[in-house]
Amino acid sequence: MSVKNNSVKAWVKSGSPWIWMNAGAVSIAVIMTLGLLAVIATRGLAHFWPADLIEADYQVPGQEIKVMAGEITQLEEIPRARLAASGLPVAAEGGEFMTRELFKVGNRDLYGADFTWVVGEWLSNQRTPQTLSAFERREWGNLYGYLVNVKESGQLVAEGDGAWDVLQQRLARVDELHTQVVRLEKKDIGRINAGLERIRLQTRKLELQGELDAQAQAELDVERAQWDAQYKVLETQLVALYGAFNRDSITVRTADGREVEVSLGKVVRAYQPNAMTSLGKLQFYGAKLWEFVSDDPREANTEGGVFPAIFGTVIMTLIMAVIVTPFGVIAAIYLREYAKQGPLTQTIRIAVNNLAGVPAIVYGVFGLGFFVYVLGGSIDRLFFPESAPAPTFGTPGLLWASLTLAILALPVVIVATEEGLARIPRALREGSLALGATKIETLWRVVLPMASPAMMTGLILAVARAAGEVAPLMLVGVVKLAPSLPLDGNYPYLHMDQKIMHLGFHIYDVGFQSPNVEAARPLVYATALLLVLVIAILNLTAVFMRNRLREKYKALDH
Amino acid sequence: MQHQAHTHGIDITALGREKQGLNLDTETVAIQVPGLNLYYGDKQALFDVKLKIPKQRVTAFIGPSGCGKSTLLRTFNRMNDLVDGCRVEGEINLDGRNIYRKGEDVAELRRRVGMVFQKPNPFPKSIYENVVYGLRIQGINQKRVLDEAVEWGLKSAALWDEVKDRLHESALGLSGGQQQRLVIARTVAVQPEVLLLDEPCSALDPISTLKVEELIYELKSKYTIVIVTHNMQQAARVSDYTAFMYMGKLIEFGDTDRLFTNPEMKQTEDYITGRYG
Repeated sequence: MSVKNNSVKAWVKSGSPWIWMNAGAVSIAVIMTLGLLAVIATRGLAHFWPADLIEADYQVPGQEIKVMAGEITQLEEIPRARLAASGLPVAAEGGEFMTRELFKVGNRDLYGADFTWVVGEWLSNQRTPQTLSAFERREWGNLYGYLVNVKESGQLVAEGDGAWDVLQQRLARVDELHTQVVRLEKKDIGRINAGLERIRLQTRKLELQGELDAQAQAELDVERAQWDAQYKVLETQLVALYGAFNRDSITVRTADGREVEVSLGKVVRAYQPNAMTSLGKLQFYGAKLWEFVSDDPREANTEGGVFPAIFGTVIMTLIMAVIVTPFGVIAAIYLREYAKQGPLTQTIRIAVNNLAGVPAIVYGVFGLGFFVYVLGGSIDRLFFPESAPAPTFGTPGLLWASLTLAILALPVVIVATEEGLARIPRALREGSLALGATKIETLWRVVLPMASPAMMTGLILAVARAAGEVAPLMLVGVVKLAPSLPLDGNYPYLHMDQKIMHLGFHIYDVGFQSPNVEAARPLVYATALLLVLVIAILNLTAVFMRNRLREKYKALDH
Repeated sequence: MQHQAHTHGIDITALGREKQGLNLDTETVAIQVPGLNLYYGDKQALFDVKLKIPKQRVTAFIGPSGCGKSTLLRTFNRMNDLVDGCRVEGEINLDGRNIYRKGEDVAELRRRVGMVFQKPNPFPKSIYENVVYGLRIQGINQKRVLDEAVEWGLKSAALWDEVKDRLHESALGLSGGQQQRLVIARTVAVQPEVLLLDEPCSALDPISTLKVEELIYELKSKYTIVIVTHNMQQAARVSDYTAFMYMGKLIEFGDTDRLFTNPEMKQTEDYITGRYG
């Protein structure tokens, strides 16, 4: 055998190839994870940066010059032949490839679409005028153009160079009014509506029970009259607010010379990215990011924020955890501590393990069929006959979504807790029993505290599994747009029967169901990043709690 | 193990102990076993064991591994109940009452018959909470009572001076020997009548072993002590009476001095002179 052969043999024997292989596998895993995060982070976060606004002349050969303004959001090389085939008057000679740019021109109310594809070679005289402004509106998307004047109740108040500052001041005022309007509508009028609905249900209930006599009717009428009176007051306030809200307006001249008048109540913010300093851009970026995580969505979820979805995800996961932990732990205790270990217990254990492998959508179907229709339907018949035919719990909602996820995550908790219980040294149990403790006392005082880190591990796995689940939720309580949060100031505060929004479903909805795909695409990445972050935060909290417990109940090192 | 040139077993006087002139027949009986068979499934582990454990004396069980001495010990507080498939025939009388009768309160029995295990097994709690564990189980929660019990228990276990300044620190920070004495303190804190020691020193270093042995000597004025040990010198040092077991049978039982110096049975002699085991 040659020397070389021997050295290869020795190398193999030394274990180096094995170590290299292992290290390689780990590296690939790390790179993939980081790559995934990097991709969604860059694509998602870049969306909020105020890009420069470009104005350019665009001339399709043989047509008039058009002036376009907006952002260039995407650039791609495309074979000349393909452009020609699509019916564009492309010159036959020239390079094989031409560029094609996705131009965000905004002004959907004028042009019909926010985005348009242009051929790069036909754009000329690109410029970035300082006064070219973007107006973010509550509906119809962005408006790009030049501010002409600001009007108050139709009267001109500012024009020309001074108009921009006047506009910003008035925008601040409108913003303040908007907050008031939202508070009035959501909180105060919401409370009145809840009160009126309660009276309606009470009346109906008494009617069904045959106890609606004149006296009860009179009492209810008095109460209703009180609510109505309150409502009248608020309505007047609201009308006044709306009047003030829509008092001002601006005139904007678009790049192609059209003048548009916009009520200031419709404008969220106005900015001139070309004139912004880096610091100004950074501030703007921060404000946009904050809006994204703290605000309600607008424009079919393609603008505004995703706060209701974050809130829905978190509250649903928390309720799921509150349901699944005690349930799973108790089941695991019975399986490990009390059940006679035999073929039957073993079968149950295998069945539980296999439940973890059932596709999530199956749980969704089960949740809809059993929880929503059977359980919810029965609850409605028994406890809420007055609201029929409108279902209360007999329709998908927060409670059913949480319960479905709890079942889905149950096997994970059971398995983890069982393993934790099995790891408690027998010596400690015997020590407790030898001191005159009964089995249940031993469990409560020694075994369960020591197994609590394992229970937390189960909870962590459960949260990780459940928080990212989307498919079953579409069946049992998650919707595209929920009108209100499931937690508010009206009795019973936590509305388990309400439908909620969810980040996972939001991704699906924005990405695949949106009428405005180009505008929605960056939001898919941003929402995905947010979902990862929310799950990471939930998990890290649980990990932190587990480590505290571990430290406390550090097992004997034998 | 040391071997003596002596014809019959270990020289008791060489271990620094005086002859005591004990007589099994005149002792008060704490535990009486009139005839006990024990089975693990189909396999019989104890064969018709008959013995009387004298009150407030130290009784040692010796014998080779697997001879059933630990099994016998664990029948005294019914620890064997925890083993699947373990079945006991016969009775054991503690103060004249059969502990295997129907309706026996096993938890109460175990409070009266405390046990210390081979490996120190303190709970992952503070030293204080370890000692008062048994009392809390009994529902005693007055701080004054607990404080007293902790001091008394730890003093009884000769541990007080070493830990009195850190009663609320984790018991897991103690050394192995201290942990074992803590376990003894925890056991005596519930004031049992009988102390069962299952090879209490086998996981300890020689100095800790010595301390625990001294402790056993101290404790015997208050408790009936039964100790299982592999170490014949230890049995000779600490015990008043010794039982030699072999293959699940009690071969010989008598006062320690006589058993080690003048065993009646051939098997006993073979074992203590180191011919097998």
